[in-house]
Amino acid sequence: MIPAEFKYLVPSTVDEAVRMLAEEGEDAKVLAGGQSLVPVLRMRLAAPTALIDIGGLTELTGVRDEGDSLLIGAMTTHYEVQRDHLVQDHALLLKLVTDTVADPQVRHRGTFGGSLCHADPAGDLLAPALALDAVMIIAGPGGRREVPAADFFVDYFTTALAPDEILVDVRVPKHTGWSAHYEKLNRVAQAWSIVAVAAAVQVRDGTITAARIGLTNVGSGPVRAADVESALVGQPATAESISSAAVRASSGDGYKDNLARVLTGRALTAAVTG
Amino acid sequence: MTATAEPEIGKARLRKEDTRLITGQTRWTDNLQLTGMLHMAVLRSPVAHARITNVDVSRATAMPGVALVLTGEDLAAEQGSLPCAWPITEDMKAPAAPALAVDRVNFAGEAVALVIADSAYHAADALSEIDVDYDELPVVLDLEEAVRDNDLVHEDLGTNKSATWVYDSAEAGSGTDVEDEIASAEVVVERTFRQQRLIPAFMEPRSVVVDPAAGMFTVWSATQIPHILRWMLSAVTGIAEHKIRVIAPDVGGGFGGKLQVTPEELLCLLVARRMGRPVKWTETRTESMLSAHHGRDQLQKITLAARRDGTVTGLKVELLADMGAYLRLVTPGVPILGAFMFNAIYKFAAYRFVCTNVFTNKVPTDAYRGAGRPEATFAIERMMDELAVELGMDPMKVRELNWIKHEEFPFTTVAGLTYDSGNYEAATARAMELFDYDGLREEQARRRADGSPFQIGIGISTFTEMCGLAPSRVLGALRYGAGGWETASIRMLPTGKVEVITGTSPHGQGHETVWSQIVADKLGVPFEDVEVLHGDTATSHKGMDSYGSRSLAVGGTALVHAADKVLAKAKTLAAHMMECDETDVEFASGAFSVRGTSTSRSLGDVVLAAHVAHDLPEGMEPGLDADATFDPDNFSYPHGTHLCATEVDTETGLVKIIRYVAVDDVGTVMNPLIVDGQVHGGLAQGIAQALYEEATHDEMGTLTSATLADYLVPSAADLPSFITDRTTTPATSNPLGAKGVGEAGTIASTPAVVNSVLDAVRHLGVRDIEMPMSPERVWTALQGRGDPGSGDVAAGGLGSIDAQGGQE
Ligand SMILES: Cc1cc2nc3c(=O)[nH]c(=O)nc-3n(C[C@H](O)[C@H](O)[C@H](O)COP(=O)(O)OP(=O)(O)OC[C@H]3O[C@@H](n4cnc5c(N)ncnc54)[C@H](O)[C@@H]3O)c2cc1C
Repeated sequence: MIPAEFKYLVPSTVDEAVRMLAEEGEDAKVLAGGQSLVPVLRMRLAAPTALIDIGGLTELTGVRDEGDSLLIGAMTTHYEVQRDHLVQDHALLLKLVTDTVADPQVRHRGTFGGSLCHADPAGDLLAPALALDAVMIIAGPGGRREVPAADFFVDYFTTALAPDEILVDVRVPKHTGWSAHYEKLNRVAQAWSIVAVAAAVQVRDGTITAARIGLTNVGSGPVRAADVESALVGQPATAESISSAAVRASSGDGYKDNLARVLTGRALTAAVTG
Repeated sequence: MTATAEPEIGKARLRKEDTRLITGQTRWTDNLQLTGMLHMAVLRSPVAHARITNVDVSRATAMPGVALVLTGEDLAAEQGSLPCAWPITEDMKAPAAPALAVDRVNFAGEAVALVIADSAYHAADALSEIDVDYDELPVVLDLEEAVRDNDLVHEDLGTNKSATWVYDSAEAGSGTDVEDEIASAEVVVERTFRQQRLIPAFMEPRSVVVDPAAGMFTVWSATQIPHILRWMLSAVTGIAEHKIRVIAPDVGGGFGGKLQVTPEELLCLLVARRMGRPVKWTETRTESMLSAHHGRDQLQKITLAARRDGTVTGLKVELLADMGAYLRLVTPGVPILGAFMFNAIYKFAAYRFVCTNVFTNKVPTDAYRGAGRPEATFAIERMMDELAVELGMDPMKVRELNWIKHEEFPFTTVAGLTYDSGNYEAATARAMELFDYDGLREEQARRRADGSPFQIGIGISTFTEMCGLAPSRVLGALRYGAGGWETASIRMLPTGKVEVITGTSPHGQGHETVWSQIVADKLGVPFEDVEVLHGDTATSHKGMDSYGSRSLAVGGTALVHAADKVLAKAKTLAAHMMECDETDVEFASGAFSVRGTSTSRSLGDVVLAAHVAHDLPEGMEPGLDADATFDPDNFSYPHGTHLCATEVDTETGLVKIIRYVAVDDVGTVMNPLIVDGQVHGGLAQGIAQALYEEATHDEMGTLTSATLADYLVPSAADLPSFITDRTTTPATSNPLGAKGVGEAGTIASTPAVVNSVLDAVRHLGVRDIEMPMSPERVWTALQGRGDPGSGDVAAGGLGSIDAQGGQE
């Protein structure tokens, strides 16, 4: 497993990284934790001419409190997300999802931003990013722009990032006090989700006041179960209202459609009772 | 000397080899760096069946660092045909098996060209610069389609059927005629099972280094079979056997997958000869999956005849066995190893086994942990459950009614084998107790009554197997090309330390520990004073290597015999030293003494006396070394009762094992920790066949499970905490009483799991589910729909990669 030859560049700032990307052209790639990119290179499924290693850019790591939202640096590792108190208090769903990603080795190298940019529909972090209305903050030659998650995930392994852009931060609106659960069905521990459901629910006085649900690996990108969300609002937090809403997660009769419905029901139940 | 204070045999010693293996203080083949060494990379066919019309290497040859690019054409005159040592019938059809394809390719992944360069990097880079033109041919993948001979894998053979092998109890005189039993039966159960294709997935990828220095070819290889490899390399290349030395250094697993003479071993040798320089080749994981031999892959049609009271009478087995594109070392014989095991522990009056070996455009199959016996055990244990269902009887009752009783041993079966010992009642009783069979049945009834989405099932496997391969006479009768004996040597060094040389070739099992324990007990020397040498044909000049759970039962016995020879000679010398009659000499605790006196000599004293040879009895040769070779009279027959409880999530199809009890009878145990380790690993692999692993192809014959993201090997996280125990009925065929444990767990567990899942969902109308029982398959069966195939395995960003793209 030997990758094709590439140039290896180490920028010291985000701006320098963006400049390098532009200079190296379309075939350059950003290297974050390498947990997806390196296997792809080693199998020569891709052969970029240059890798721009943003691993040393400390400005891209860590979680900051921005009032109504959290700002999570793209290079924050899964391990750091799992242990971060701000994430735990204000975006519990993200922590619970991250807990299920891969194994400790991978979680120490792999990054939140890298997962989103890789945009594998089976990747776990896309659905919670979509469900929690995360906003991607992107740096390019023309400066910074913001793209909501709903527009960021374009297709299989494809995002709204231009070849000369870098994901810098992810803004996640606070969901303080929401309960959450990630229901993931996979065959063995190191396998990706067949289907998984990320659910965050706000319950007040026994009534569901808001719900956010994202589905993993049911399409070419994450899918928002908007029908289920709206069916839940205003309903009592009971098994009956959950099961009558969960069936709206999918209308097909295929295996994954069934999983979307079953796992949505389970994720909501666990979130509400858990 | 106090070495007898606590016997070494039976002690749960930690493995002496583990420190170096776990901390990396050893050298694997790929770690070797020789001066001037070249690196070989292999271009593999992206298509499963094609004529090669042109190979253009001009661009590749001009790439930096490239020393040589070779095509099959370049090697056609010298590469010969890879060996198949098991022509199962006189008229078996075997295609020529070039290591490097010359004018056609017969499976995706077959080697078509080589780059030899100054670094592995340059070699890999140049591969993509080779242009090969393929004229594609129809692809034959499905066994039932293949036997119709509409499209042929090998046109020159005129058929896809390689051989048909038959055992018939009426013809052999070991039983009645199965057709008569079926015709007169009160109940006939007929089922078809598919043994999916598996990939051995050893941890260390294959690697070869060949050094042509000093008038010898020294071959390092990550192999299970250094001795057989030397013999076969010599036979294929014509290089004199004494000019080849094969070394299997520490080898990281094999599971039968390294019981092979591989194209790459041969190619490295040919390249080293041509270049006069050392050459290394190490495969990638994907390359391994695309080209190292696969396992299983059978279609089994089973007919079982019985009486209404549950007594079985006849068993007819009709198999189609997938050879893949070529016959490798023992490919044709693997299903035949199962021929004697379908009747298992049961007393059938009649038995007929017919196996047709079939070519397809897939990677060749060959030995994989259990080789032939897992297939047999699966079929019979599934059938016993099917019979129980048919008769409305408890599945354990049906087994009890039909198995050989402990007082009936030795017992000659309808397949003509004589089982020397066993106690199925005892193993079953212990397993039932540990499992809480009745308690789980109650829980099952409760969940059924509740209509819970989580149904539970109980699966039984009361298995036996034949191992300790093998009596040479029997191998001869089966037309196998070699013997089944094993050898051991003991070298008594002047300081009293001991070197043991074994002809077996451990690759992860822990032989060094167990061989040391045996010698420590036999000779009364400390465990630490024994060093076990193996895997180098220069030190261990003969041996039949390791596979078929043979090392201890056969190689361990040779070791005992060698130790006996050392002691016999030492005793004569001790008597001479103590000036007494040999009949008065006793040996205990590592010392010889004169009966009834305080006169004694330690073994160390005797060893030194033998070594210096100043005063030996008339005619005695100096030294106390001894060699022994043991050829067993019979196979050994481990058995056991495995019980598996699964919980099936009927809403998602996910299967979870909630309890697994394995009570194995592997005869006398040398080291319980190692036995447990073998059982645990074996269970993992057998469970993996039931639930997780499957080599899948697209309709073009491309392997779509060519990474470990697609081919799901379970880890400890996916398996329950196993409950293991043992009963001990010593084998009578060897002095250790050992039966072998390397394959037992794998052989036993697959049907236990599948029976359990079916038991959980049968009341919901499910009759069968193909392996591996993926959630999608289980759920689809519950919907009453047909098998969905391998489905979507969620490959996590790697996708299913093609042969070409995935090989570096
Ligand atoms: C054994 C194993 C198991 C795994 N299991 C799971 C699992 O269960 N669930 C799961 O979700 N994931 C899993 N992963 C993937 C893991 O989460 C990866 O870490 C993640 O997908 C990619 O993050 P990374 O930082 O390693 O990115 P890299 O591999 O470095 O990059 C991935 C892609 O994103 C681009 N990229 C990365 N960062 C940026 C950026 N800031 N701006 C622009 N482009 C960028 C890269 O150019 C590349 O194309 C697994 C990986 C492995 C090796």
